[in-house]
Amino acid sequence: MIHEQSIRKELIVPPMDRADHVPVIAPGQTFESVNEQIGSVVLRRGFQRGWLLGLAIAFSLLMLFLVAVTWLFIRGVGVWGINIPVGWGFAIINLVWWIGIGHAGTLISAILLLLRQQWRTSINRFAEAMTLFAVACAALFPILHLGRPQFFFWLIPYPNTLDYWPQFRSPLMWDFFAIATYGLVSLLFWFVGLIPDLATLRDRAKSAFSRVTFGILSMGWRGSAVHWKRYQDLYYLLAALATPLVVSVHSIVSFDFAVGIVPGWHSTIFPPYFVAGAIFAGFAMVLLIAIPLRKYYHMENFITDRHLRNMAIVMLTSGLVVAYGYIMELFMAWYSGNEYEGYMTVNRIIGPYGWVFGLMILCNVVIPQLLWFKRIRTNTLWLWGISLAVSFGMWFERFVIVITSLHRDFLPSSWAMYTPTFWDYATFIGTLGLFATLIFLFIRFLPFISIAETRELVHQTGGKVE
Amino acid sequence: MGLSDMSTAPEQAAQGLAAMRARLAQARGKTYWRSLEELADTAEFKQLLRQEYPREAAVWDGSLSRRRFLQLIGASLALAGVAGCTPRNANEKIVPYVRQPEGVTPGVARYFATAVLMGGQALGVLAESHEGRPTKLEGNPEHPASLGATNAFAQALILQMYDPDRSQTVLNAGNESSWQQFTSAISSTLNGLAPGGLRILTGAATSPTLAGQMADLLAHFPGARWHRYEPVGDDNSIEGARLALGQPLNTYYDFSAASVIVSLDANFLYDDPASVRYQRQFSDGRRVADGLTDMNRLYVVESDSTITGAMADHRWALLPGDIQAFAQALAAALGVAGVAAVESAVPAATVAAIARDLHANGARTVVVPGRSQPPAVHALAHAMNAALGNIGTTVFMTEPVDIGVANGAGTLAELVADLEAGSVGLLVMLGGNPVYDAPADLAFADALAKAGASIHLGLYADETAQRCTWHIPEAHSLEAWSDARAFDGSVTFIQPLIQPLYDGKSAHELLAVLLGAPNDAGYDLVRKHWQTQLSGDFEVVWATALHDGSLPNTKFATVTPTVAAASGWLTAAPAAAGGLQAVFAPDPSAWDGRYANNGWLQELPRPLTKLTWDNAALVSPATAERLGLTNGDIVRLTLDGRTVHGPAWIVPGHADNTVTLPLGYGRQAAGRVGSGVGFNAYALRTSAAPWFAAGLEVTKTGERIDLATTQLHFNMEGRDLVLSATIDEFRAEPGMIRARVDHPQESIYPAWKYEGHAWGMSVDLNACVGCNACVVACVAENNIPVVGKEQVLVQREMHWLRIDTYFEGDPAELNPVFQPMMCQHCEDAPCEPVCPVGATVHSSEGLNDMVYNRCVGTRYCANNCPYKVRRFNFLQFSDWNTESLKPMRNPDVTVRQRGVMEKCTFCVQRIEEARSAAIREGRAIRDGEIKTACQQACPTQAIIFGDINDPVSAVARRKAQPQDYGVLTYLNTKPRTSYMARFNNPNPEIQASSA
Repeated sequence: MIHEQSIRKELIVPPMDRADHVPVIAPGQTFESVNEQIGSVVLRRGFQRGWLLGLAIAFSLLMLFLVAVTWLFIRGVGVWGINIPVGWGFAIINLVWWIGIGHAGTLISAILLLLRQQWRTSINRFAEAMTLFAVACAALFPILHLGRPQFFFWLIPYPNTLDYWPQFRSPLMWDFFAIATYGLVSLLFWFVGLIPDLATLRDRAKSAFSRVTFGILSMGWRGSAVHWKRYQDLYYLLAALATPLVVSVHSIVSFDFAVGIVPGWHSTIFPPYFVAGAIFAGFAMVLLIAIPLRKYYHMENFITDRHLRNMAIVMLTSGLVVAYGYIMELFMAWYSGNEYEGYMTVNRIIGPYGWVFGLMILCNVVIPQLLWFKRIRTNTLWLWGISLAVSFGMWFERFVIVITSLHRDFLPSSWAMYTPTFWDYATFIGTLGLFATLIFLFIRFLPFISIAETRELVHQTGGKVE
Repeated sequence: MGLSDMSTAPEQAAQGLAAMRARLAQARGKTYWRSLEELADTAEFKQLLRQEYPREAAVWDGSLSRRRFLQLIGASLALAGVAGCTPRNANEKIVPYVRQPEGVTPGVARYFATAVLMGGQALGVLAESHEGRPTKLEGNPEHPASLGATNAFAQALILQMYDPDRSQTVLNAGNESSWQQFTSAISSTLNGLAPGGLRILTGAATSPTLAGQMADLLAHFPGARWHRYEPVGDDNSIEGARLALGQPLNTYYDFSAASVIVSLDANFLYDDPASVRYQRQFSDGRRVADGLTDMNRLYVVESDSTITGAMADHRWALLPGDIQAFAQALAAALGVAGVAAVESAVPAATVAAIARDLHANGARTVVVPGRSQPPAVHALAHAMNAALGNIGTTVFMTEPVDIGVANGAGTLAELVADLEAGSVGLLVMLGGNPVYDAPADLAFADALAKAGASIHLGLYADETAQRCTWHIPEAHSLEAWSDARAFDGSVTFIQPLIQPLYDGKSAHELLAVLLGAPNDAGYDLVRKHWQTQLSGDFEVVWATALHDGSLPNTKFATVTPTVAAASGWLTAAPAAAGGLQAVFAPDPSAWDGRYANNGWLQELPRPLTKLTWDNAALVSPATAERLGLTNGDIVRLTLDGRTVHGPAWIVPGHADNTVTLPLGYGRQAAGRVGSGVGFNAYALRTSAAPWFAAGLEVTKTGERIDLATTQLHFNMEGRDLVLSATIDEFRAEPGMIRARVDHPQESIYPAWKYEGHAWGMSVDLNACVGCNACVVACVAENNIPVVGKEQVLVQREMHWLRIDTYFEGDPAELNPVFQPMMCQHCEDAPCEPVCPVGATVHSSEGLNDMVYNRCVGTRYCANNCPYKVRRFNFLQFSDWNTESLKPMRNPDVTVRQRGVMEKCTFCVQRIEEARSAAIREGRAIRDGEIKTACQQACPTQAIIFGDINDPVSAVARRKAQPQDYGVLTYLNTKPRTSYMARFNNPNPEIQASSA
């Protein structure tokens, strides 16, 4: 393996990097080195101890999730801390949080693809996987949070003899379609992108089992020009289809609140502010995963500082939009002159849950401002810490929206507090376990960087040198 | 294992079996099932088991092994006799109707006039019966104490009757026995009784039949004595009448004829046996409608914060001992002969102003003394009422309605003295629970042990039952024949709605045993008594009286005695006591402890505190601050060397330096609901000072307890939710109420069209006294589950109707407003569009319908409801397992499953019932034909329901009043439920001086 520092001077700078002279792919890569380095993670025999340890932790959290859900199904949603007036608790916070995280994948894959942002190449695959897993985690909650989850399918308009039909005016109905569509398109996009890589793995696999498995999954890919042509067409088509979803999904999730009349929910700024928040949270999660991943698998030559820096800038930008959203909410509460909106805002800031609001501002508005400094932006440790803060901050934001708005609304007689129970935490942490388990399995059994696209990048840039 | 296996047992075991069979043979129905379970734990059975099946014995000994559970289930299936209950018309056989009994249509409820007892006095009710199962009590409009309404206790009696914890078998020294064994054993006890050894203890009672039986008994057993003890009784009132009027008299009032009312620590709107009637009369005197704005004026002096105080136009929180001084000052100001002016806690100028107000209204006034005030205050009230000319217009006196008082029954203290002297051979307790509720200084439990034998008749195997020789399960008042008098003496019949669930016996049947006629049924005893009393065709009079619920023209003649000179009875007002004072008051839910095991009442938020499931030492904000107390701090309460521990709770408007200790808690043997809940204030109560006592020491222990309240925030935050004004402000500007909530009602959606009916409701906040009758009525009507303290603590109570209470102004003052809040059935309901499965929909008559079957439980509707009236089944709250509760439920209302949303339906089942009747009779639904459960129970007629499409309906006329407004109408929800503003009628003189 060639070390970046030793050969930097000899190599031409890839086209994307004129601005700050950091390449999107380390120089000196050949097609074979790409195949070898990325493919070997998957095709290597045996398991590394670090990976096993990580999976064990993630899997035990997943077991916690199963215990929590089993108990939930036995006793009912009353095992959580929800009550009247706070009818939605952690489940909806988690739903919105996970859906938000699920936004980065599509944004990176689809929009940046269409905008020909080549730096997306080495991060799109696992960002898409992350999206898919985050959507899977998110999609659990609307079902788990139902009082009668056994009848979740009543939200689906299906032919039946009960003369039963959903109520299409409800944002929850729109939610169902938005999440289902998003999940489906994300899955397709991810899988289509995987096909050439699966073929590469099929060709390189040494064991019969791997060969057969990857053979089936690669769906007869032979790498012919016709295949590539169709692949490109389909991939760009899916990208075009997925693009509006980036905006639509979280807009619709925000309608769950904006359509309601609860002060703190009933706000027209919600759709753009939610989308920005989703991108913010999604990029934070990508960084949160990418930084240790590239370190552990020595992928610094594929996921370069350039990627991290670009993502940091996206995070900073979307974070500013989110901050604008916060300011506009405060402004509108004052400008409307509505006593309920006014009280809600004051209660948010200095009420019993004011500390959550404070943490939200700290994590989402104050800390991300550090990204203005190049030294911090380029320091992986700092970047990782800021991403962690943003991930927490976005969860707090949803807490503020869901809980603080509900716990004191119109009639003071009904005001109450919401106290999460062990099972609330267990369910949330459990989905983190589910997410992490899926991520661990993914990075071990599928190429987490797109081999085909990286080869393409090598071809366009470094390939010429050699 | 079954009994048949055991029949192969050896000789010895067979004998044991025979004994067990004999025991089983004594039990019937529900009892049988219970006895099998209990049988399993007897020593005999275990011995038998060991002999028979040595290996199984270990298994059986395990507390509830799976095996034992299955065995019991199998046995109960195989052997259980009657499950549930017996229809009223059938006696021994239970078979489905082969031929339909006359007058019974399955699915159509029938109503029977009967009565329930409040303080021993009759409250006439109509009991709703579904195929022989009573499910609901409604007020009897013909009955003077009810006037068609009920109170919270009456509504909760249905649950008491079906309570699975009720005593189910005769107990002999704590062991299971039978009625037959009791009757045979008791005759020998009676034969061996020394003359004068028989004592009967009753509570407050008014039954003429019982009085007749007692007379027979006292004649039959010369030297026998009758004692009377009612923990929340009217002894002071009787004594006050004796002081001022020379004889023990019953006093009652007509508030509808009163323009000015002065309450001397009297919570007459809640805790009087006639409170239901008083509430109606009081609110009738305050109704503001159709331009009529005359309102009565209520002055209250009290120490506790009560709902009567909450309705006051002027209220002073005084130490309990200072009320006599106020009464004396007022009497002096009124010119009552022989009463000298004294210094009172209320400024003399104010007292003079009250006196002027009273004088100005002449005989249209009333001064009401409270039961906790000493006889002198009652005497002063008599003197003032006489001086004002109120006797015969607003105040009425009759001979005592209480048979114990009328017959000179002895006191509990005398009984204890006799017990201590060892002269009581047999003590018979007809109801009551003196071991728990007797004054602490009497040490009744110890004295009871010195009785030769004792018999306790009671609904529960309670603290007293456990210490008696015999305990007889009492038939509930819905299971037995009896009679009672109302506050004015009117005779009311109590008819059973169902065969006794647990073979209970009535007091009449027990007394018949003592009189040597153990086979006399309650029915015959009551009839026999009245056959001697009534003239004319007995069967006709009897049948008519049963149908109507009461005997006409049986109210006692009023007497107009002259008030004796004050010098004869006026004692010096107690000197101002230092330190803290303890006030004992009946709990608004548990009362004296008799309702402690009633989940509906336990979960009922107490007026003003909204506490559930506990009692608490109530203190004023200032006293709490001085003692460093916050809500839920456990304090040590010491009075005369006796100590209890209980949590503190701060109540606005409570008198400073006074601690109210609600009675009725800290029960040891109440049942699964009431045992071990709260603290026992009786432990501090003495016979010398049953109502208030000085010298209470309150020490903070540092421990805390979470108290469950249904409302946490009592400040209206300046929002226009409950609109109130003084009546003068309203007179000057009737549009002022609506002006506060008016806003343009525009919508881009077309309005709903209602071709037929459009149901609506109006709630008069000026009438509502916050008594909670509607809340329990709603629970009973709509099968609303009890969720328990833990769930109330996390705000998951299920009440469809709650009474929002807001305090205004200085916390040292009591200025609450009450707002019954239930589904507002909005025209543009925010809950409807957000439900993804269409489980909550708008009906063609404007109801917001909830479709339980379709609900998947997203709770979005509850979040989006600005009134927060939706309730969610977070867990399986409805009890689907307790057999005895199943027949209690209203068959017209679904028993909800876990995970579905529910809320007020405007009693849609009653609308449909009326619609069916109207269709059957080929007519339109009449105005007033449909009464929601809350409306029907409401003593003040604050709630009116009807068709708002009909411009002459009562509800439409209400909605046309200028003070009728909607809550949160700015949201354009267009609620179908509107509210009428609350008015106060302050005395301009006092208002000016205090301002």
